[in-house]
Amino acid sequence: MKVADHAERAKVFNEDEKRVDWHDETLWFVRHKRDLATHGIPEWEELREAGSQIKNHTLSNLNQYLQDFEKNALAKGTVIHWASDAKEHNEIVLELLKKHQITEMVKSKSMLTEECHLNPFLEANGIEVIDSDLGERIVQLAGEAPSHIVLPCIHKKKEEIGELFHIHLGTPKGNADPQLLTEAARQSLRNTFLTRRAALTGVNFAVAETGEFVVCTNEGNADMGAHLADIHIASMGIEKIIPQRKHLGVFLRLLTRSATGQPITTYSSHFAGPAAGKELHIILVDNGRTRQLARPDFRNSLKCIRCSACFNTCPVYRRSGGHSYDSVIAGPIGSILAPNWDMKKNADLPFASTLCGSCTNVCPVKIDIHEQLYKWRQVIVKEGFVDPKKAIAMQVMAKTLASPTLYRIAGKAARTTLKYAPFMVNNKFNAWYLQRDMPEVPKSSFGEWYSKNRTNND
Amino acid sequence: MTSREKILNAVKDSQPDLLPLPDLSLFYPNNDSVEENLKNFISIAERIGAKVYQVQNHSEIMTHLKEDLDLEGKRIVSAELDAIVDEYTGTDNHDLADVELMILPVHFGVAENGACWLDDELYQERLLPFIPQHLAFIIKKENIVATMHQAYELIADKSYGFGAFIAGPSKTADIEQSLVLGAHGPRSLRVFVV
Repeated sequence: MKVADHAERAKVFNEDEKRVDWHDETLWFVRHKRDLATHGIPEWEELREAGSQIKNHTLSNLNQYLQDFEKNALAKGTVIHWASDAKEHNEIVLELLKKHQITEMVKSKSMLTEECHLNPFLEANGIEVIDSDLGERIVQLAGEAPSHIVLPCIHKKKEEIGELFHIHLGTPKGNADPQLLTEAARQSLRNTFLTRRAALTGVNFAVAETGEFVVCTNEGNADMGAHLADIHIASMGIEKIIPQRKHLGVFLRLLTRSATGQPITTYSSHFAGPAAGKELHIILVDNGRTRQLARPDFRNSLKCIRCSACFNTCPVYRRSGGHSYDSVIAGPIGSILAPNWDMKKNADLPFASTLCGSCTNVCPVKIDIHEQLYKWRQVIVKEGFVDPKKAIAMQVMAKTLASPTLYRIAGKAARTTLKYAPFMVNNKFNAWYLQRDMPEVPKSSFGEWYSKNRTNND
Repeated sequence: MTSREKILNAVKDSQPDLLPLPDLSLFYPNNDSVEENLKNFISIAERIGAKVYQVQNHSEIMTHLKEDLDLEGKRIVSAELDAIVDEYTGTDNHDLADVELMILPVHFGVAENGACWLDDELYQERLLPFIPQHLAFIIKKENIVATMHQAYELIADKSYGFGAFIAGPSKTADIEQSLVLGAHGPRSLRVFVV
């Protein structure tokens, strides 16, 4: 069990009510943009179904597709590495850098390297890593983790970013103009791109048929890094494979509309082999993915294309912030991925949901997210990783609901308390009352009303 | 056992029984006319921050560019139009850092998202569309397809080392969701439809 659980950490975020409101409204606005974009595609539901089925098919034939991908990539001169876990992945990166006597690397967005904690590992080994996505650069300068997989610093106000840039990039104190701050980052990172010999990028999709992979960015940072460096390392989870190039048509239509409501990212770059005189390496990473693949109830979480639509629509995420999940990937999808990595540490996450199902409804590849959240709860309770307070409360509740006598007594007691001694429950010891009013007391229960009125109506 | 064998074996043991690929025929073909595609392309490209001009010839392109941008004393590079501006022939792409304007032909455009496809059949140097301050694309009017499905039909069997869809100028909204054009790549994109 974590020292603090999701609810405790959400409390910290909720101390600043104005910020919570801003966070909530901003992400809802992004969700709204997603709706506008998807409503512009009459065949949207068919596209989601196609995306879902392509991913289902791929997972059912992944062994073959991984080998096809490897064979076709090797034929184009790409070097393929396999990593069973985070440690092996990180060591492969370090070895490649050491071999070329490189001590500085530029990186574009890769949630996998966050998952592997690559940056601290490389830094401990004397390698300087600079994140080049603007949002990631901001959280890196702040010494924080991204709070959202597409909008890494959505938890930060521009004034805080202005202060960070004043300290690290020398922008004028007190200036929080997004245009000026972005320009400062552009100048600073341009110099980084031009001087780094190694670049690491993530992978959005990898095509088995051709051995190529696609990287999607709006900023152009993956391309600036990769094309200027001598060596390009691309890290990908084994679930990023899709069978054929034409399937990219389906996924590129789905991805950005679901993410930010754009029709496509500015850059969708297809790397099918190294440029003349340069090296291209791909690291295929398992790190628990085969374990998830073996769980029939949870395997289809591996279909995720990391669009973040489920974050933006989630009432819990919007009001608790990404850091409250204390997991590399937050939000609803993170809450079904994280228990696979570490069930004990992340036992609280499947409970950080109202099970409203909005995540499932917006998911472009039709992952049954809220159903998996519910299933994880059952697994976690069975494994004994649930908060003891909750376990006892649930046992009491189960006994009460199972016995008509106990149920009637409890109902009566609650109504009497609320009527004659409301201070007994309307106080700060009742966690439920903190953000809510207790319900108005009915004169009688339905059961009492029914037994009184039944004879009159017969 | 190597990690490769370990992973492949674990995948084999864990993957479910084979499921079929879906039928995608619903998404093909698309009968939108050249005019329809052009109209949609212009409308979407401008919505995502690009500027689109319909022109008759290359000299009109240069006229527009000189009107829009202050190019006096600035470096302009191209992969065609070699009679008007320098064609890039360098071997170390770092020397492209000071390019103000890059003018590039593209293979085709996509109406539904305003993107243009280009790959290394046109030019070997992959950095060309990413590093200049401003970018201009030249596209033939009849080379605009309706959707990404039609786009991938055009390159289904093509062999390239690198290719990209580029839609609009480089952008970010990472600071409080305020849209800023010109993140790391070009600050502006002009598309000239010939």
